[in-house]
Amino acid sequence: MSGEPHHRRRRLWRAFEPVWALLGAAISAVAAVAAFWLGADIQLFGGLSALSLLLAGLGLAWWADWGMPDELVTEPREELASTPQDRAEFAATFARGGQAISRRRVLAASVITLIGAYFALAVSMVRSLAPNPYSILDHTAWKSGARVVTTGGDPLKPADVRIDSVLTVFPDGHVGEADAQTLLIRVRPDLLQLPSDRQSWATDGIVAYSKVCTHAGCPVGLYQAEQHLLLCPCHESTFDVLRGAQPIAGPAARALPQLPLTVDGEGFLVAQADYSTQVGPSFWDMPTGGS
Amino acid sequence: MAIRAARWVDDQLGLANLARRDFLRKVFPDHWSFMLGETALYSFIILVVSGTYLAFFFQPGGSQTIVYDGSYGPLQGVAMSQAYASTLNISFDVEAGLFVRQVHHWAALIFMAAITAHLARVFFTGAFRHPRQLNWLVGVSLLVAGLFSGFTGYSVVDDLLSGTGLAIGYSVVLSVPFVGPWLAFIIFGGPIASPGIIPRLTAIHIMILPAVITALILLHLAIMWRQKHTNYPGPGRTEHTIVGIPLWPTYAFKAVGFFFIVFGVIAALGAFVQINPIWLFGPYDPAAVSAWSQPDWYVGWLEGALRVFPPFEPQIFGVTIPSPFIPGALLGLIMLAGLYLYPFLEARATNDHEVHHVLDRPSEHPVRTAIGIAGIVLLLVLLVSGSDDVLAVMLGTHIELVKLVLGVLLLVLPAAAGVVTFLICRRLKKRAATAASVGREP
Repeated sequence: MSGEPHHRRRRLWRAFEPVWALLGAAISAVAAVAAFWLGADIQLFGGLSALSLLLAGLGLAWWADWGMPDELVTEPREELASTPQDRAEFAATFARGGQAISRRRVLAASVITLIGAYFALAVSMVRSLAPNPYSILDHTAWKSGARVVTTGGDPLKPADVRIDSVLTVFPDGHVGEADAQTLLIRVRPDLLQLPSDRQSWATDGIVAYSKVCTHAGCPVGLYQAEQHLLLCPCHESTFDVLRGAQPIAGPAARALPQLPLTVDGEGFLVAQADYSTQVGPSFWDMPTGGS
Repeated sequence: MAIRAARWVDDQLGLANLARRDFLRKVFPDHWSFMLGETALYSFIILVVSGTYLAFFFQPGGSQTIVYDGSYGPLQGVAMSQAYASTLNISFDVEAGLFVRQVHHWAALIFMAAITAHLARVFFTGAFRHPRQLNWLVGVSLLVAGLFSGFTGYSVVDDLLSGTGLAIGYSVVLSVPFVGPWLAFIIFGGPIASPGIIPRLTAIHIMILPAVITALILLHLAIMWRQKHTNYPGPGRTEHTIVGIPLWPTYAFKAVGFFFIVFGVIAALGAFVQINPIWLFGPYDPAAVSAWSQPDWYVGWLEGALRVFPPFEPQIFGVTIPSPFIPGALLGLIMLAGLYLYPFLEARATNDHEVHHVLDRPSEHPVRTAIGIAGIVLLLVLLVSGSDDVLAVMLGTHIELVKLVLGVLLLVLPAAAGVVTFLICRRLKKRAATAASVGREP
């Protein structure tokens, strides 16, 4: 079979010669070069380059379609799998060579041991890529007496926090640390319905919650003051500020950890202690318990 | 001169015989759907060229040590990382830099789209059957490598949007059973928002993944070359023949021409259609986030799964199953495993281990086509779920309702689409069989 006639639709542009497209491509490319050196608008340079490339492609494909053999040819496919004889010969050759190895058992075993040792060596190097995660995930920079400061580093007194306002705060000296970012929110004290063991964690209606979403670690950035709800913009998890930041909607399943607050001798807001539950997204062997 | 050079090479390597037989006369099937894989290949070439250019200017530093003083006014005096500052520099102060950046991003999107379309073509026509299961595995690996390449690529810029994506990625890695914390720290170098992640992502994005993808593409093409293309059914096309046009000169000119057309389209997009305007997002700040954050489309389906999955985080014997584990890690792994294993599962289910070089029409295999359509619908619903906040605002309804409806659709729509596809295919198959038997009668 030498092929078959390949019927083609007659195309209007077949009446022209592809040379115009290729010449046009060259002219556009020269124009793009000029645009570049004259410091013309980037869109002009990019547009001329694109035009040149499109014309070049069109010209080459056009040429193939217009002036090159386009008959379909048929070729045989050979069998992909080797013949049984080839396979047997390969196996025999391999086995002959392999005898030299299997006769020297101790040598072969030591080579395997060596490969294992190198593997262990390579894996050991991976260890230096990371500090021990458990010694970092088990605490934040908040500790007893740590002053609450703004992103600008200024300490805060309760009177500085207006009702229904929300502030992003950090422990003094650790501004910008991702796992220590905390939201400071003031509500009318009589509205708060914190769990009974957390009654002393708020000061004048000011509560503090971790800003790191317990779902996927985004900053919980939106506060709806009328309903006292915190909303994570990534996956729309919603937390109830009045009830200990319990999740009430969206994919988060854990409350935002609450930071126990108090006021120090000079009247500044400070933490009573670090967070007592895991900050940020969960992991399988994270400490549980607490509230 | 050229003849002299060719003779000199052939004197040393003896290629003329080989090239005449197997190279110049190699047969390429003439069907548009074979251009999908070519589009992916050409986009990759454009990615390597434009990416190399960008690498000459990009500085992979993640610490916020720079105070910007470049020519983009609104960000002057703002503290940012070297990575972000150097990307602003490419966008505003390198001649044609923004054009190359946009070409690179558009090429990445088209690369992934072309791989996906090519994969769908291979799936629905049964091109993955014996003897092409090996090459299917290579192809799916290319999809995976491309996905990571895209994600690491837009994450190295260290803008606010990509930083948010990294925080989510960290939580998904952290949710891996028991080794999660170690794995997350080994990859990210520390907890969420560790500045050490940027140089690591850069090394992965500009060295490891391009090498992996190049190797996989060469393997993909070598296997294809050895096995020859598949053929659509038609006159003269059997399991023992291949019909098409020879490489030299017609196919070669068409292919090179098509490369230029792909390049031209991507260049036009890069010149005129804005993509990833990182100067609008601002530099990454771990305590800030922009609303309506959406990843690139090839990651968007995982984001959608994270959004609509219910708040499920059980604690069993003191062990917590993190809420991102099932939708973020497990779902992705199951879909990937399904994709890798499909040819073997189908061969086992249909007990078909024969050699196949002639392709199926999708209607000839109602079950396979139904599975494929169900999978596509599942991915589309997940992708839409990734924009549930935008959807809620557009429809003027509450986000919770949107999540609920999307959750129900996720359970119902893929199955429904699969059943409908199955019924349509069965009908078409019957009709074709009837037509064939009627047609054969004298």
